[in-house]
Amino acid sequence: MSDVTELIHQYLRHNKKFPHVFCPGCGHGIVLGSLIRSVHELALSKDEVVLVAGIGCSGRIAVYVDFNTVHTTHGRALTFATGIKMANPDLKVIALMGDGDAFSIGGNHLIHAARRNIGVTALVLNNSIYGMTGGQSSATTPKGAVSQTAPFGHLEKSFDLVKLASAAGANGVSRGTVFHVNMLDRLIAEAVSRPGFNLVEIMSPCFTQYGRKNKFKSAVDMFKWLKTETSPLESWEQLPPEEKAKRLPIGTFLAGQEPGLEVLYGNLRDDLAAKEQPR
Amino acid sequence: MSKKSKGQTIITIYPDWCKGCGICVAFCPAKVLELDAAGKARVAHPEECINCGFCERHCPDFAISVVPRGRKKRLPPELENGV
Repeated sequence: MSDVTELIHQYLRHNKKFPHVFCPGCGHGIVLGSLIRSVHELALSKDEVVLVAGIGCSGRIAVYVDFNTVHTTHGRALTFATGIKMANPDLKVIALMGDGDAFSIGGNHLIHAARRNIGVTALVLNNSIYGMTGGQSSATTPKGAVSQTAPFGHLEKSFDLVKLASAAGANGVSRGTVFHVNMLDRLIAEAVSRPGFNLVEIMSPCFTQYGRKNKFKSAVDMFKWLKTETSPLESWEQLPPEEKAKRLPIGTFLAGQEPGLEVLYGNLRDDLAAKEQPR
Repeated sequence: MSKKSKGQTIITIYPDWCKGCGICVAFCPAKVLELDAAGKARVAHPEECINCGFCERHCPDFAISVVPRGRKKRLPPELENGV
């Protein structure tokens, strides 16, 4: 409990400018801390972990942490991650994306990475808005929410990332929030150690672009919202249907143990090599 | 929580890294922290700290550290030079 901050400082790149670029009250910093604790808990060395980040506020996380990091083009974090994992299956590849990165610009890459079941952990930081570009509506903006491009309320429905990833065939799917940090630590650690494609949706508030326009008085209000409007999956399932619609379930939704694509590929290569040897 | 187990920690806030978001102040269960005139977090009642670790884990800027009193080494030796 007490080593948290010192531990995080061990993993940061101190030649970068601190404090980091995120706005006050942004949840992305908490995700960075949670990721570091999870990696430390799994006893992985810095060289064993590859962090692939896309474009967006969340892409800045890869800059600050002393793993092998790649800052890729918009929406293509998963394609780079797939290549890295296939080339060197011993590495733990974590793709860090925002909601726009993962589900709008890189939506196709995500469903196909899930279908292939490539051994990559995708962390999707969902702040319900395009934060970096000025607060336009994204594919995860809730219906009725006010944004820069929807000043009278958003008319479209939002993606349910958990259902989408489950339907696309991901091995593990879970959802956490930056308020429930201990749970988030556990979800990330489990996702990184599970075989195949794992997606963790992390609800991270964006006060600057989303909260201010949607009747949240401060960043603290958004954290209170995360606290009161979410319930663990087990207790959410006991709720009556009208309550279920209002509350957001968090926890592990899918936990498959199928081997990932890189394992199947390695096995195939070994089989073929064994057949060729007698010649 | 007994009286004895309160205030057994050393709380450090790095003012240069604190952005004053107020998460630690709002959620501290023992009301140890408050915002100062400059809008940054300040340790107001260190004697009330119950060492729950909430502020440390929820600080997006890694600006708070809570260390139990009397602990000599801050990290295990294998971590001193990084992993």
